[in-house]
Amino acid sequence: MSDHNYVPSTKLGKWFNDRLPLLSLSEHLREYPTPKNLNYWWTFGGILTFCLIAQIVTGIVLAMHYVAQADLAFESVEHIMRDVNYGWLIRYIHANGSSMFFLAVYIHIFRSLYYGSHKSPREVIWILGMMIYFLMMMTAFMGYVLPWGQMSFWAATVITNLFSAVPLIGESITNWLWGGFAVDSPTLTRFYALHFLFPFLILGLVILHIWALHIPGNNNPVGIDVKKPSKDTVPFHPYIVIKDLFALLVFLTLFAFFVFYSPNLLGHPDNYIEANPLVTPTHIVPEWYLLPFYAILRSIPDKLLGVVAMFASIFVLVILPWLDTSKIRSAVFRPLYKQFYWILVLDVLVLGYMGALPPEGIYLLIARIATAYYFIHFLVILPVLGFKEKTIPLPLSISEPVLNESHEVVNNNKMSTE
Amino acid sequence: MKFFFKTIFILFILFTFSNQKIEAGENNKELLKVDWSFKGLFGKFDRASLQRGYQVYTEVCASCHSMKLLSYRNLAEKGGPEFSEDQAKAIASNFELRDGPNSDGEMFTRSAKLSDKFVKPYQNIEEAKALNGGAYPPDMSVLVKARSGGADYIYSVLVGYDDPPSDVTIDDGVYYNTYMIGNKIMMPNPLSEGLVEYTDGTKATEEQMAKDVTTFLAWAAEPHLEARHRIGFKAILYLIILTILAYFSMKKIWSRIESKV
Repeated sequence: MSDHNYVPSTKLGKWFNDRLPLLSLSEHLREYPTPKNLNYWWTFGGILTFCLIAQIVTGIVLAMHYVAQADLAFESVEHIMRDVNYGWLIRYIHANGSSMFFLAVYIHIFRSLYYGSHKSPREVIWILGMMIYFLMMMTAFMGYVLPWGQMSFWAATVITNLFSAVPLIGESITNWLWGGFAVDSPTLTRFYALHFLFPFLILGLVILHIWALHIPGNNNPVGIDVKKPSKDTVPFHPYIVIKDLFALLVFLTLFAFFVFYSPNLLGHPDNYIEANPLVTPTHIVPEWYLLPFYAILRSIPDKLLGVVAMFASIFVLVILPWLDTSKIRSAVFRPLYKQFYWILVLDVLVLGYMGALPPEGIYLLIARIATAYYFIHFLVILPVLGFKEKTIPLPLSISEPVLNESHEVVNNNKMSTE
Repeated sequence: MKFFFKTIFILFILFTFSNQKIEAGENNKELLKVDWSFKGLFGKFDRASLQRGYQVYTEVCASCHSMKLLSYRNLAEKGGPEFSEDQAKAIASNFELRDGPNSDGEMFTRSAKLSDKFVKPYQNIEEAKALNGGAYPPDMSVLVKARSGGADYIYSVLVGYDDPPSDVTIDDGVYYNTYMIGNKIMMPNPLSEGLVEYTDGTKATEEQMAKDVTTFLAWAAEPHLEARHRIGFKAILYLIILTILAYFSMKKIWSRIESKV
C-alpha cells in the first residue's frame, strides 16, 4: 500500500486521510493492479467473501429466533421455518449457503494447487487460507449440530468421541468438551456460542488473507511474475469488479436453484427427526464437504491413528509450499504435475464417495488405497517431481500467451527466436 | 470457460448421484412414483386434496399420530388447505385440551382455538408406546422431510401392505410392508376402501386416501412451499437477467483492453 501517493481532492478528505488513511485504502483497492489474464477460476475469492457475509447476515437473523437448549432447539428451528416471516428463506439460505461456501472454497483451493498459487512468495496467503478452511470446517460442523436432529446429535457424538483416543487424558477431554458425560444441552450451548464466534475469526483471517495477497499481488494462469502496474495488469476497478460480479451472479443462480427448488437435497432426512440419544441412525454421515476426511478417519483401523491421519491430511496442506519443490508455479508448464493433479482431484472425489458409504468390504479397501495415495501425492510425488520433471519453457510475459491465446504458439515463437 | 462449466457439472452429477445411490440402497424396492402437483418449478398443492387429506388425517391417523408443530390457524392460512376462518374455528372447537391454571389455581378443560397447536392423541411418548405395543407412532409434522424418498415413500408405505412372502415370518403385532425399510412395520394397514366419506363426493379408494393424506403431510412439512416456488421463480429470473446485463457490461468494459477476457 506504500506505493501510492494518493492525495484526496477535498480539504476535509485530506484532513481525515492524514489521520486515518481510509481514503488511501479505498484508492488502493480501486487501483490494485491485477494480471489481466486471470480466468474465471480466479473469481472464487470474491464469491467466497460474498458467501461469508451472507452466512453472517442470515446467521445473525437466525440467532434472534433460535433457542440453544436441547429440549427447545429442534422446535425453535421449526418455529423459524413456520412462523417467522420469511424464516424458511433465511434458514434455507444459511443451510445451503454452507454447502455453496464449501463448493466455492474447494474450487478456490484446487485452483491454487493447479496454478501454484501457494508457492513463494505467497506462502503466508496460503497458510492463512488453510487456517480459514480449518475454521470453516469447525464452524460448519458445529452449525450442523444446532438444529438438534438425529444427524446433529450423532455427528456431535462421533466427532467429540474422537478426542477420547488421546492417550491418558482422552476421557477428560471429551467430558470437558461435552460439559457432562454425554452430548447434551451444555454441549449444544457451547457449540452455539462458538458457532457464533468463529465466523468473525474467519472474517479477521480473510482480511489478513487479502492483505497478504495485496503485497505480492495475484498469481495468474501463466504463473510468472508480473510487473505492476504494466500493460500486463488492469486496475481492480472496474475490470475485475465487473468480472467478479458476473461470476458471482452465475454462482448465485445456482445457489438460488438449491434454496428455492431443492433446499433439502444436500441435507440428510434424518436431521428432521428430533435428536434421540436412545436411537442410533443406521449410517451416521457428515455433510458432503467433510466426507473425504471422514473416509480418511475410518480407513485407519486404529482410532488414535485414524484421528492423527485425519488431522495430518490437513496439515500436509499447510506445509505444501515446502513439499512442492518445483520452481515453476503453473501446471500449464508442468506436463507431469498436470496429470498427477487430476489424479489427486479424482482421489479426493473417491474419498468423498467412500466417506458416504459404510466402511466395509471393497469400500474400505478403496478408501484405504485412496487415503494412502493422498499422502503419497503430497509427501512423495510432489517433492520428487520438482527435481525430476522436465518443464515447458516459460514465456517472458503474460502478454504473449494472452495475445496468441495458445501456449503452443508461444513456445514455438520462443523456440524460433532462440 | 468451457472447462470451468464442465468440471462444475461433473462435480454436481457426482454429488447428487452419490446421495441418491446411498438412499436407494436403504430401500428394498423402487418406490412408487406419484406425479405430485407440488413438484416442479410452479408446483402448488391441490387445495381440494389438502382438505380431503386433512379429513383422512383427523379421522384416521390422528388417533395415534400427533402433529405438534401445526396450529389450527394454519388450516386457514394461504398456501395450505385454505379452509375459511370459520371452518378452521369450527374444526378447532371439536378438540378439547387442558389449560390453566385459572385465577383460582385450578386446571380446566376448554375447547381449542385457532391459536392452539393440534391436540395430541397421547399425553406423552410413554403413554403412546404403552398403547401401541411398544412402538411410538412418530409425530407427523415433518415426517415427509424426515424420510428419504419423501412424499413418494409415505405414499408407497401407505399402499404397500401385502401378505408376507412364504420365506418371511412375521410376529404378532407386526405387519408386512413392501416399501418399509426392513419390510416390517408395527402399524396395521390404516386405510381401506370407503373408510372415510369425503364431503366433496370423491370416491374414497385406498390410493385416493393415501394420495390425499400424503399431500396434506407434504404441506404440513413445508407449509411455505408455494411461496418458495413463487419467489424462487422470480428470484432466478431476476438473477438470469442481471447476469446477462453483467455479462454485456463486462464485455464492454473489457473491450477497452486489447486482449480478450
